[in-house]
Amino acid sequence: MFKHHAKIETNIFFMAVGILLTVVVGGLVEVIPLFSIESTIEKVKGVRPYSPLELAGRNIYVREGCYNCHSQMIRPFKDEVERYGPYSLAAESKYDHPFQWGSKRTGPDLARVGGKFTNEWHFRHMVNPRDVVPGSIMPGYKHLVRKLDYATIEADMKANRAVGVPYTDAQIANAKKDLEEQVNADPASNPAVLASYPKAHVGPSSDDPKVRALGVTEMDALVAYLQVLGTMVDFKTVDLSKVRR
Amino acid sequence: MATIEKDSVTGQSTTGHEWDGIKELNTPLPKWWVYVFWATVVWAIGYWIAMPAWPTVNGYTKGVLGYSSRADLDNELALQKAGRAAWLSKIEAAELDAIEKDKDLLRYAMAGGKIAFGENCGACHGTGGVGVAGAYPTLADDEWIWGGTLADIEQTIKFGIRSTHAETRVSEMPKFGADGLLKPEQIAAVSDYVVSMASRAPAKGSPGEAVYVENCAVCHGEDGSGQAALGAPALNNQIWLFKTAKASAKDMVAAQVNAPKHGSMPAWADRLDPTTIKMLAVYVHNLGGGK
Repeated sequence: MFKHHAKIETNIFFMAVGILLTVVVGGLVEVIPLFSIESTIEKVKGVRPYSPLELAGRNIYVREGCYNCHSQMIRPFKDEVERYGPYSLAAESKYDHPFQWGSKRTGPDLARVGGKFTNEWHFRHMVNPRDVVPGSIMPGYKHLVRKLDYATIEADMKANRAVGVPYTDAQIANAKKDLEEQVNADPASNPAVLASYPKAHVGPSSDDPKVRALGVTEMDALVAYLQVLGTMVDFKTVDLSKVRR
Repeated sequence: MATIEKDSVTGQSTTGHEWDGIKELNTPLPKWWVYVFWATVVWAIGYWIAMPAWPTVNGYTKGVLGYSSRADLDNELALQKAGRAAWLSKIEAAELDAIEKDKDLLRYAMAGGKIAFGENCGACHGTGGVGVAGAYPTLADDEWIWGGTLADIEQTIKFGIRSTHAETRVSEMPKFGADGLLKPEQIAAVSDYVVSMASRAPAKGSPGEAVYVENCAVCHGEDGSGQAALGAPALNNQIWLFKTAKASAKDMVAAQVNAPKHGSMPAWADRLDPTTIKMLAVYVHNLGGGK
């Protein structure tokens, strides 16, 4: 066997074919099970595609590089579960393209930040983090108080649908209306956006008339996204030992 | 390819490779290295048998030990719960005021409350409950908007203020100016009166007093002592929630009468367990001398 090895080593064609075969087999063995193993994505209720406003906010999250300092992945460790809540399930990021698990925590994990603070707090904190958290080293994101450009939101949803996010035709057709409604509607009035996107956080990021005059802002989108993080699955109704991998 | 020959100095064979007259010795790997290599191969086979390893069609081999990091976590959490049960079960069973009367329980609740406060409440109310001027109330004093008894505090934490919870505390002050209920000069007058009331020298008989009695007293009280059940803050002291360093007290009061800002707080009942909320209530109650 080792005698023939010299032949492969000294022939560039055999060498290239050999490397290709090795990488292909190695890659397939790693990737295929993720699709074939049924328990990779847990079966839990509640996970839905992002509402148009949340999707726009998610794009801002990616654009601003929030993932460089914030993870969205509560690992199954005692101290993480104690601090942040139930560990993250794969199902919770199944409509994330790409996922925002991150790998660095300069700031805290955000996987379950939804509902933890008020919109007003998020607004204040984004404009200048030191106003509410004196020791914070997070940069201010005051520039997000500007009009949100959502001309391409339908195309964005279609792109997501192309990679497997189950947006319906009606949801795409209503994208702009839903987006505006999620900012402007009174949450108590049970607006239509909630029927399409249950648990969406309805309301503007700031009540300040000067901010509201701008229309839908990037801050509104980002805060709506943050407010839904980790809230879709109701963990009171989930038996984690049943969905365990 | 050059021929393999024996090196006269070391007694080893060469590899048969030669570059510019330089030949390479074919020194075998050290024995210890080879043994360790084979040991790791044997270890790997044992690992495949013991631990989750190989994918199958729809699943994977679970391994004879049946290890899972999530099951491991469950065990750890159960152990931790058992370790804390001695105290937590007492806190769970006890009434809030009984916790405060029991020195040991109080110490435990304060320590637990402090940790939960730092993670969940401190973002707005600040470390130790100092609050943020112009935005979030100080909890380290004995001035309360929605009531400072243990039960009041517990309810506020559980259901929040103007939150999305069905049982949230909620009230709304009318926009006296923006909705045209009061004229600008009436607002100026009543703001003067409120500021005088705050400095404990109410301008009795002033035009502002009449406006106050007619419009504000029903919630904030004739003497400005407030009404916790409605979330109407006391006006007979100089503790202002929405006053920043830039604005004068009168301007701030006038702005509130014109189109009031309303504070809000999330509900925690769905996020924190009842025992933690109890410890938080006790902690907050003890920060600055609750009622």
